[in-house]
Amino acid sequence: MEKIPILKIGKFLLITIQVDLHDKMILALQDELTNMIVKTGARGILIDISALEIVDSFIGRILAQVASCAKLLDAETVVTGMRPAVAITMVELGISMKGVHTALNAEDGMELLNDILLQDENAHDFSAIN
Amino acid sequence: MISVLSTESRDITSEDDLMQIKASVKRIVALLGFSLVNQTKIITAAAELSRNTLIYGRGGNFKISVLDDNRRKGVQMIFADSGPGIENLDQALKDGFTSGHGMGLGLGGSKRLMDDFDIKSTVGVGTTVCVTKWV
Repeated sequence: MEKIPILKIGKFLLITIQVDLHDKMILALQDELTNMIVKTGARGILIDISALEIVDSFIGRILAQVASCAKLLDAETVVTGMRPAVAITMVELGISMKGVHTALNAEDGMELLNDILLQDENAHDFSAIN
Repeated sequence: MISVLSTESRDITSEDDLMQIKASVKRIVALLGFSLVNQTKIITAAAELSRNTLIYGRGGNFKISVLDDNRRKGVQMIFADSGPGIENLDQALKDGFTSGHGMGLGLGGSKRLMDDFDIKSTVGVGTTVCVTKWV
């Protein structure tokens, strides 16, 4: 079975979904990603879906679950590169990916993760002072 | 009068069939000249409904036809299974209702994505969903 590669860049894990997703592949990704978060102590996950032509309720649900798991493991998830037609279709279908941050492209997504992480650290520092 | 220009069909027995169905729907709607948004909607509806046939209907059959009503062309997709059937159709069409592990958006959502939506279901006999979208 083909695997979706997970790249570690600093405190983040980067995933680019480039092929049409087979159910088993995305379920395997969910497993591997949660393991990777724990192993690497990653604080953010960026999932680029610019190559995906559709996001159905199955893929939407898995992305939301990945984000929920990541959150429990102290990592934030940002989904980037969603095509406009995919966004329109998802809204009409009724998929809302709660807890998932989004950004227009991978570069913006990285920036967003950095910002969230920075805010988080500042909040920690602040509570330490008080 | 509506005439059928061409028809393709495929059994739905595994996840591979879902991928193949997506691919053939994509090819057909692109050829028919649907806008990109409508292409995406039709492929997504096909993904939702074929998954329903596989999971809830325990497999079945998919048929896609190219239609012409003398004014415009359209695409019709039929998903048929001989699974357990749906007891309460109104409930099944509501968002958030699921008898399985999905989000319960498949039926209601697909109805919104397509122009015409027709469902017939008999408990113990099976379910047939027929959807159409015109260019």
